[in-house]
Amino acid sequence: MNTSRRRTVITRNGAPALTLKAVRWILIAAFLLAVLFPFYYMFLLSVKPIESLLRDPGSLIVSAQDFTLKTYAAVLSPTADGGQGFTTLLQNSAIVALSSVVIALIVAIPGAYAVARLPFFGRRQINTLFVATYLFPAIVVAIPLFVLFTRIGLRGSLLGLILVYTAQTVPVAIYMLRNYFDTVPVSIEEAGLMDGLSRIGILWRITLPLSLPSIVATGLFVFMIAWNEFLFALLFLIDKRESWTVSLGLSRLAGNIEVPTTVLMAGSVVLTLPIIVLFFLTERLLTGGLTAGADKG
Amino acid sequence: MARRRLTLTQRDARTGLALISPTLFIVLAAVVIPLLWSVLISFQHLKLIQIGTADPFSPLTLDNFARVVGSGALWASLGTTIVYTVGSVIVSVGLGLLAAMLVRKPFRGRTLVRAAFLLPYVAPIVAVTFVWRMMLNPEFGIVNEFGQGILGWSEPIPFLSQATAHWNLLGADIPVPTALLTVIAFEGWRYFPFAFLFIMARLEALSAEPEEAALVDGAGPFQTFRYIILPQLLPVIGVLALLRTIWTFNDFDDIFLLTGGAAGTQVASVRIYELLTVQRNVGAASAQSVVMALLLIAMITVYWVALRRRGEKV
Repeated sequence: MNTSRRRTVITRNGAPALTLKAVRWILIAAFLLAVLFPFYYMFLLSVKPIESLLRDPGSLIVSAQDFTLKTYAAVLSPTADGGQGFTTLLQNSAIVALSSVVIALIVAIPGAYAVARLPFFGRRQINTLFVATYLFPAIVVAIPLFVLFTRIGLRGSLLGLILVYTAQTVPVAIYMLRNYFDTVPVSIEEAGLMDGLSRIGILWRITLPLSLPSIVATGLFVFMIAWNEFLFALLFLIDKRESWTVSLGLSRLAGNIEVPTTVLMAGSVVLTLPIIVLFFLTERLLTGGLTAGADKG
Repeated sequence: MARRRLTLTQRDARTGLALISPTLFIVLAAVVIPLLWSVLISFQHLKLIQIGTADPFSPLTLDNFARVVGSGALWASLGTTIVYTVGSVIVSVGLGLLAAMLVRKPFRGRTLVRAAFLLPYVAPIVAVTFVWRMMLNPEFGIVNEFGQGILGWSEPIPFLSQATAHWNLLGADIPVPTALLTVIAFEGWRYFPFAFLFIMARLEALSAEPEEAALVDGAGPFQTFRYIILPQLLPVIGVLALLRTIWTFNDFDDIFLLTGGAAGTQVASVRIYELLTVQRNVGAASAQSVVMALLLIAMITVYWVALRRRGEKV
């Protein structure tokens, strides 16, 4: 009886299962195309002269004689040489992003440990505070900071931007790290406590080494946010070209009709490539760190 | 000696406060206090030109709110924001759910496909909006090139600069908000990976037994999805929808970089930016952001209450 029933199940699902399989592959292909094509198009336009693009805008390949890297030279060379000075902007972005990562981690690691383990007064309210900070549009926070930074002379400086990025990313960093600290067994720490380590000693010698993957993932996430950020850079740095980040530089050039589209595309590749390389190198770590705890439902 | 008499819990509480204080300091200094100050500014006269000498104790006034609430532009921008938010959240979470179901079963190259699906979300916003603008460009963009060459469009579609198109369907004239739909499509493309990532994590943690039982009972794949998988995903979908609602509602970058707020896409945060930099009225900009935050809080409260009701019934 059992076998006959199974058989009906298979025949009943047989035909739809096949079409479903085909539909599934078609949809996966469509998703891949939609996701990858813009990046391919970005690269394609960045290695063509502008004349070639205007002559045949529908072309999806670049011919060997058209292929050029002059666009990259134009975007990277200093403004004094008639270029767009993106090398300086890359340095600015790197300084801002790396400093934000370091400061955010220095602040968030002890913070996350405290929230995960230590019963201090007001611990429950911390989460509410963090959630509340994300309810307001960034531009609301930006207005008073704009006023404040103008007065104390931090506007136009990379330091001001680093402080803002740190403050914006610390709550997320604490969320990610805390989820990981929760998975470190308390018993290991208690063993350290028995051996006479202080709380700080436990954090430094036991919990931190165990949490290295999560710390790297959190650092990467902060790096990506800081590297990609646009609004605060726009508000605080716009008057000082020498402190522009790559994101800001590219958005400013996009409104300039004298700069050929293909050169701007080279700028886009320069902005995007570090992030994509970093992402593919660390994809597992990063996605694991982000969704840790989310699979509990 | 008194210190030694502290219990472990008391000592831990002190250490905890010490460890959390840098976080508190930076979040208070760079987020909470500016927020409160912003509320204060919304009750004061403050022009951009005066900010070098801005005084937190200048007299209070309701002028900014009168001005902002009295102008039709506020309500128009809030209406646009709501359409934009609801559309974007539905599209991005829906696509994320679909993508997660598609790559659920193992296949060769799945890891790479999954990583590729996350690309739109990790790439810099300035670069991806720029590429979209180029692709949709009416003169030499690839989309219009293909639309005219292969799909037989009679003329290029100005995706990002046309407020309304008129489609003629069976004699009826249907207005279509071209630019608004285009930015919603962009949001779907950019943010489906976020939903995809979290739905996938949840799918991987599901126990296989209910689905096997359904298979034995003769349920087809769609029935299994509808009655077995989807109910288990609803909590994570609810949280994702909430987060995306908050972030899309507050979003500035995407619209500013795609259309600059033109062609019927002026969402609230872009309008605030214009009040700040074009009209140079800091007080009015703050007032509008306060109104916006209040509206968001109201929306979230409604959502929260609805969710709790459902939770209690189940």
